[in-house]
Amino acid sequence: MNINLTLIIQALVLFAVALIMMKYAWPAFMAAIEERQKRIAEGLAAAESARAELRDADARVAEEIKAARQQAAEIIDRAQHQANLLLDKAREDAVAEMQRYKTAAETEIAAATARAREELSARVGELVVAGASKILQREVDAGTHRQMLDQLAAEI
Amino acid sequence: MSGSAEQAAGGGMTEYIHHHLHNLQWHVGAGPFWVINIDTVGVTLVLVAIFLGVFIPAARRAHAGVPGRFQAFVEMVVIGVDELVRETFHGSSKLIAPLALTIFVLVFLMNFMDIIPVDLLPLLGREAGLPYLRVVPTADLNTTVGMALTVFVLIQYFGLKHKGPRLFFKEMFTAPLHAHGFAAVLLAPINFLLRLIEEVVRPGSLSLRLFGNMYAGELIFILIATMTLGAGLGHGMTYVMGPVQFFSGFVWTLFDLLVALLQAFIFMMLTVVYLSMAAEQH
Repeated sequence: MNINLTLIIQALVLFAVALIMMKYAWPAFMAAIEERQKRIAEGLAAAESARAELRDADARVAEEIKAARQQAAEIIDRAQHQANLLLDKAREDAVAEMQRYKTAAETEIAAATARAREELSARVGELVVAGASKILQREVDAGTHRQMLDQLAAEI
Repeated sequence: MSGSAEQAAGGGMTEYIHHHLHNLQWHVGAGPFWVINIDTVGVTLVLVAIFLGVFIPAARRAHAGVPGRFQAFVEMVVIGVDELVRETFHGSSKLIAPLALTIFVLVFLMNFMDIIPVDLLPLLGREAGLPYLRVVPTADLNTTVGMALTVFVLIQYFGLKHKGPRLFFKEMFTAPLHAHGFAAVLLAPINFLLRLIEEVVRPGSLSLRLFGNMYAGELIFILIATMTLGAGLGHGMTYVMGPVQFFSGFVWTLFDLLVALLQAFIFMMLTVVYLSMAAEQH
């Protein structure tokens, strides 16, 4: 249990080993560890920025979807409007056509009526003469009573 | 344990203990100082070889990628020591962190020799022709005082280097008690005395704490071993003391493992603290 030369040897051994560690081990450890720390920090930062980008992208997508939906709604609105316009126009056209046919038909009816009336009035004189002849038992001269007959026809 | 116990039985318990506490010595010159404890130095060198054999290749293999399990373990120790040093020591020094790592791991390995069954290596040593073999270097006062001496020299070196020679020597006389004028002259010898005491006490307590713990640990293991010293299968006590020995050995091994780690940590921590105190101004 005496203090002896061992003391000096042990002191030198510790110092030498510490020096060896300082020279050959420590820098390599520190370089690797710091590099790794840097890499991890970069990785974390990259992940964070990716997450932020994803958030941005999500927001953008939502915005785009919203815009698209709005646009679609507008298009549908416009289409409906257009359809309404077309429908209205078609209805108007149809009404106009109908009117035209109606007018034409009425004109024709009027013409036919006039014609029938003329024909009728033309034949009234004859009928009247024939009737009168039967009543009078003798022939009535149409020429003699022309004026009277025309007047009668005009009255009918 | 019983193998060597039987052989030591001839001389009894006292000789067994004495034998275990005797270093394998080589007298290199005349006088009690010129002696080398071959077992202490030899075991230390083997442990140094293990330490360097683990840490130097690990340092070479260290890269920024994903480390293996073993590599991660080594680097965890390195990072732990590095962070501790960074927290405590605020100056810049290339030596202090590797020194702290060396002290921590080396002292732990030396302390750990205590955990190896107390008779195992001496028995093998006897087979190899070594009459004595003490395997715990930190249970040898030479080792702990020697390491404390290195730390002491480094403390002085750090003080000189970080403060400059002028402040370093001036502080010997002006700190810790400050004064001006004539009082400063009066306080100078007191300050110097306080400084002297401080410088002696630090390495003293550093070395004796470690030595005391490990010596006691070793002694307890030896005492546990003597429980069945000279025991024979014919004695009834053997069957009582055997289990008692096993149990107490088991408990003390667990406790001593804790002590080994703790003392290694304390030695390292105090070294770092002393060095940082030496580097900082009062």
